[in-house]
Amino acid sequence: MRRKSSFPKAMLLATCALTTLVLVPAAARGEGNLTLYCSPQIEWCQLVIAEFTKATGIKVAMTRKSSGETFAQIKAEASNPKGDVWWGGTGDPHLQAAEEGLTLEYRSPRLGELQAWATNQAKASNYRTVGVYAGALGFGYNTELVAKKKLPEPKCWKDLIRPDLKGEVQVADPNSSGTSYTMLATMVQLLGEAEAFEYLKKLHRNVNQYTKSGSSPIKAAAQGETTVGIVFMHDAVTMAVRGAPIKVVAPCEGTGYEVGSMSIIKGARNLESAKRFYDWALTAAAQSLGAKAEAYQVPSNKGAATPPQAPKLGEIKLIDYDFAKYGTSAERKRLLEKWGKEVKSLPQ
Amino acid sequence: MDRAVLGWAVAGGIAYALLPWYALEDGIFGFGWLSGYPTDRAGAPALVQALLHGRLALLPVAVFLLAPLAVRGVRGAGARPALLLTVGAGGTAWIAVQGFAVGGQPGIGVGGLVVFAALLMLFCVGMAAKGAFNGDRFVSGGIGTVVTLVVVFVFFPVSCVLVGAVEDSSGAFAPSEFWAKLSAREVWGLDCLSSSAGCGVAWNTLILGVLVGASTTALGLAFALIVTRTGFRAKKALRLLTVLPIITPPFVIGLAVILLFGRAGAFTTFMEQAFGVVPSRWIYGLPGVWLAQVLAFTPIAFLVLIGVVEGISPSMEEAAQTLRADRWRTFTTVSLPLMRPGLANAFLLGFIESLADFGNPLVLGGNYHVLSISIFFAVVGAQHDRGRAAVLSIVLLVFTLGAFYAQRRWLGRRSYATVTGKGDAGLHPPLPASVRRLVYATALPWAVFTAVIYVMILFGGFVETWGRDHRFSLRHYAAAFAVDVTEFGLHWKGAAWNSLWTTIEIAAISAPLTAAVGLLTAYLIVRQRFRGKEAFEFGTMLSFAIPGTVIGISYILAFNTPPIELTGTGIILVICFVFRNMPVGVRAGIAAMSQIDRSLDEASLTLGARSLTTIRRVILPLLRPAIVAALVFSFVRAMTAISAVIFLVSANYDMATSYIVGRVENGDYGLAIAYCSVLIGFMVLVVLLIQFVVGRRRLGRRAPTQVSLEGIPA
Repeated sequence: MRRKSSFPKAMLLATCALTTLVLVPAAARGEGNLTLYCSPQIEWCQLVIAEFTKATGIKVAMTRKSSGETFAQIKAEASNPKGDVWWGGTGDPHLQAAEEGLTLEYRSPRLGELQAWATNQAKASNYRTVGVYAGALGFGYNTELVAKKKLPEPKCWKDLIRPDLKGEVQVADPNSSGTSYTMLATMVQLLGEAEAFEYLKKLHRNVNQYTKSGSSPIKAAAQGETTVGIVFMHDAVTMAVRGAPIKVVAPCEGTGYEVGSMSIIKGARNLESAKRFYDWALTAAAQSLGAKAEAYQVPSNKGAATPPQAPKLGEIKLIDYDFAKYGTSAERKRLLEKWGKEVKSLPQ
Repeated sequence: MDRAVLGWAVAGGIAYALLPWYALEDGIFGFGWLSGYPTDRAGAPALVQALLHGRLALLPVAVFLLAPLAVRGVRGAGARPALLLTVGAGGTAWIAVQGFAVGGQPGIGVGGLVVFAALLMLFCVGMAAKGAFNGDRFVSGGIGTVVTLVVVFVFFPVSCVLVGAVEDSSGAFAPSEFWAKLSAREVWGLDCLSSSAGCGVAWNTLILGVLVGASTTALGLAFALIVTRTGFRAKKALRLLTVLPIITPPFVIGLAVILLFGRAGAFTTFMEQAFGVVPSRWIYGLPGVWLAQVLAFTPIAFLVLIGVVEGISPSMEEAAQTLRADRWRTFTTVSLPLMRPGLANAFLLGFIESLADFGNPLVLGGNYHVLSISIFFAVVGAQHDRGRAAVLSIVLLVFTLGAFYAQRRWLGRRSYATVTGKGDAGLHPPLPASVRRLVYATALPWAVFTAVIYVMILFGGFVETWGRDHRFSLRHYAAAFAVDVTEFGLHWKGAAWNSLWTTIEIAAISAPLTAAVGLLTAYLIVRQRFRGKEAFEFGTMLSFAIPGTVIGISYILAFNTPPIELTGTGIILVICFVFRNMPVGVRAGIAAMSQIDRSLDEASLTLGARSLTTIRRVILPLLRPAIVAALVFSFVRAMTAISAVIFLVSANYDMATSYIVGRVENGDYGLAIAYCSVLIGFMVLVVLLIQFVVGRRRLGRRAPTQVSLEGIPA
């Protein structure tokens, strides 16, 4: 008897279960809910939503994806948005989303509490996005490897093109990573376009791999797979705090930075909750959470506590990064194509 | 009046007049819709939608549903089926067309689904009444269902991607861009021949595929010969090693390879200390990806080849020896040629697997780019060039379909080679000594290597920081799987529980559905004769050849907006798995069903049983091996798939693999490895459980061999 019926029974069970899955809410939507697309590391995302729920009672459904993936998703969902707020992740895709009209204009009452670089981000996008944290570009190197090879310590951008670092530098591919695009744009602003590409060509000889993800190079350096990794400094700090033999360097010539941003997605289904999150995420209290999650970015609220390990923006020579210009699709496309033609295609 | 026609028309009518036509925000079991029912705009049935809310496009549906009821008045034998055909085809087409054409509608819901199904069934009844499929309604309905499902969940999404290939970034039609992207140097460039710069992705992908196909075939053959033709002791252990990679989540092998051969890897450090070899990064690129893929896919070649090697009739070889051929000559002129179809099949499977692989090139690729990765980063990278992704998808599709076409031709031949093995009482001659030495020398080090890799994986979960600090630690397991006992019962505190439960739920739901759809399709292909069967078979196998990345993007493009709105739900994952894994169920079903004599179901039919009864009472009980195969494979694949899933997970439905990828991205290898070890252990249990419950007595170890005939793209 059992033998005969087990298969149909299983099918019946499966059908029931499937029906439940279809019909039961994917996310119960309504006043007290929020769908958050979160781009920084997951510990930070989880901490932020836990604290937000504690403060407001609003339930948060969160998806963690890198800023590139999130941008792709928001674009794909444009005709029928599923998310409400996109929090964190490097600023360029946020600006691009603003440029393409994928995000909503919103002026938070807390704009006045923010650092100038955060409000500049908002102005550049017609208030469709705002800065929530900043991080300077730099590099980190593996102290054990440098000592073993008896190399002089790299301190500047120009040190990275020294011949004794051939095959020892890792950086992400700007075509796939916002971090690396920030470096490309930084070099262009720091050295002028012609000289920047000369520099990148020389750097190309030393690069052992163009990684896909922006923070991979420093992980490889921490593991000893490469000597130098060009990344945002806070990512290097995280590795050093975890005990890896990594020294974090702010390049002596000066450097560019990213403004991690936040946007409300146009067509958000829970607009009220989205605005509440937006306002809350700009408060000093909310912005002080990063350090607990090993995130050492500099918060945008002037009153927020900067983690002691975080790179001090005041002590780093920062260039006057032109987000408006280098955040546009056209400029980005032009630079990336030029980099692909003149640098990437060169033999190493 | 016909009961089936009446039944379907009434079911459709009830759904039309009573069930909510559109999908509801919080689902039909949320019951929130009942409060405003039936007039409320969100939860109203089609009838109310049309009359009260001005959705006039829904009115004609009622006409299609009512028409069959008037069939009684229709005279003439040909008129009735013709009417049913018109009603069914017209009604379904109308629902689809108005769904796309009329804007501002939510996604289709329960009411719409039932009405659509009813109209489809009316069409199928009409087909049967017209004499198609020998007038068998079950067959007609089955084919109608499978074809509709495949069109909606395979053809429609894929065509959405392909359309993207001829659009520019703003969505306008631009065929010239298509050509520019297709002929780009980064796709077809041959710089690697003349300089140290890399070749185009298309060439890279092909080279890797051929190398992996050849290596896995050679190693697979060596293993198969050891197991079948030698007196090697630890055959069981060898078989176990071959199962492991199939249940190993992606990335893991690649990570283990880095920790062995990376610049700071265990082996590299040892070589440096012992022999002063300067550590280098040779593993990143072709060598590393090749190594990881060969580790992962050799078992598949082995499982294909062992069937072939076992199946060769010993009488041929005995005949050769009787004719005074020595062992060497017998092996080279009789045994090897008989294995040739199997070898080709194994090669092509390895090739396809390599093309579809996503995890290993991601971890180990270095500057060696392959198509699957380039497609992914064309979409999620800083360029967001969906057109380029579509073009590269087409290149990859052409490669896989080409290989798939060749494989199918060889598959056909292979079956002749093995089936004749039955009833042979002879014994296989032992291998010639030189071949035996060669085989041992190839396979045994490799088996040891595989074992080392797995020991490292297990080890990695229990140390502080893999590769740096090897003190024993349980913190990764604690972070992932901690459980608190509170006064309210168990509290699942670990970070991994959520995605683990979801993964198990999705896999458990999709496995039986995959088996059902697959076996139904297999039954139709093997047991029924109808026009267009070749095309039908090809269509059902197509999703097998489409790389996961392409499927993932296509599902997002196709199912994010009405009329079919599924993104963000669990069901899109289930559907994705069902249609990606269905071909395995189909092949397993076909293999098993062709062994069952047709006269059995003919006898059942002669005794007056209908097709459905015959399937239930006669065929299904005999199909246990195929059921096990389909269940095991779809379950395992649902738990380990990554490339399609990474696009489809959502806030409430996160899957284990995408969670693990997130950890790997974050450099948190310990937790990723710990999670993978748990998944591997869990899947071993499930596989054993399924074998035990469904049909241990009849199957023995036949099931794994059968499944393996089909490759399993990542």
